[in-house]
Amino acid sequence: MSDDHGPAHYIRIWAILVALLVVSVIGPMFEIQVVTLITAFGIACVKAYMVAANFMHLKTEKTLAVYMLVTCLVFMFLFFAGTAPDVMKTEGTNWDKPALRAMIAAGLAEGADHH
Amino acid sequence: MAMRPIATTRAMTGIPTGRLAVWWVIASEIVIFGGLLGSYIMHRLVNPQWANYAIHTNTWAGAFNTLVLLTSSLSAVLAHHAATHGDGKKAARYLWFTMAGGGIFIVVKAFEWTHEIQLGYTITANAFWAFYYTAAGLHALHVIAGVVIMGIISVDCLKNQELHRVELIGNYWHFVDLVWIFLFPLLYIAK
Repeated sequence: MSDDHGPAHYIRIWAILVALLVVSVIGPMFEIQVVTLITAFGIACVKAYMVAANFMHLKTEKTLAVYMLVTCLVFMFLFFAGTAPDVMKTEGTNWDKPALRAMIAAGLAEGADHH
Repeated sequence: MAMRPIATTRAMTGIPTGRLAVWWVIASEIVIFGGLLGSYIMHRLVNPQWANYAIHTNTWAGAFNTLVLLTSSLSAVLAHHAATHGDGKKAARYLWFTMAGGGIFIVVKAFEWTHEIQLGYTITANAFWAFYYTAAGLHALHVIAGVVIMGIISVDCLKNQELHRVELIGNYWHFVDLVWIFLFPLLYIAK
């Protein structure tokens, strides 16, 4: 793999990553859900891309390596898509999760007591 | 028996054998951490009360550790750069700096966990803390493994031997950094 970047390039990438870290910490302080989602999770995706592309040199790596990694990511999303619809519901047709509902209610009540 | 040459590059992929092996490791790690974090996300979305537990995680400690890992990733890539230019001693120094970053990360984690456990937030307290300790603990084990492997590689670097391994451990380390980039908002910011 060709390594045509010098230390200055890597330091620049690191500085951007640190700046993005600051934004991801400050953003959620506004306590606006959309802002939190963008600054915390959106920025995490940007940071991950920057690390993978520049530090891991995936930008210049053979495409096959990228396909390997992307395939595993796709499997991760398949796992999520296959299981989340069940996990994320407390009831459905002819089934119910009373224990989960009770746990949520108890947890929320406990939180309200603490506040 | 006649000596047979060792394959240093796979003809099929055109990728050096060692690097290809590390990509396979990282690909399998994506499935391991992806499954764990995917499970955490789906449970977090259905359990609004977890927000009450998450407020007890220390955002500043998490942010500091993110800075430490980002900085150690920089030194890892600088070690790779030095190794590419045949400077084994410089590569070893950068690897030691990266190892120090890993050490600081673990020390901060140890203080954090001690404090949380003293408050009663143990791995058996509830499902949130079970995910918290499992995900952060598995990640910390990867940090420790990376530090140990880097130490071994740095010894060879001092002798200007096996310098290609600097890139291999570097890629692994960047992946460990990458996992933390997602763990930080999931465990420390989403409250």
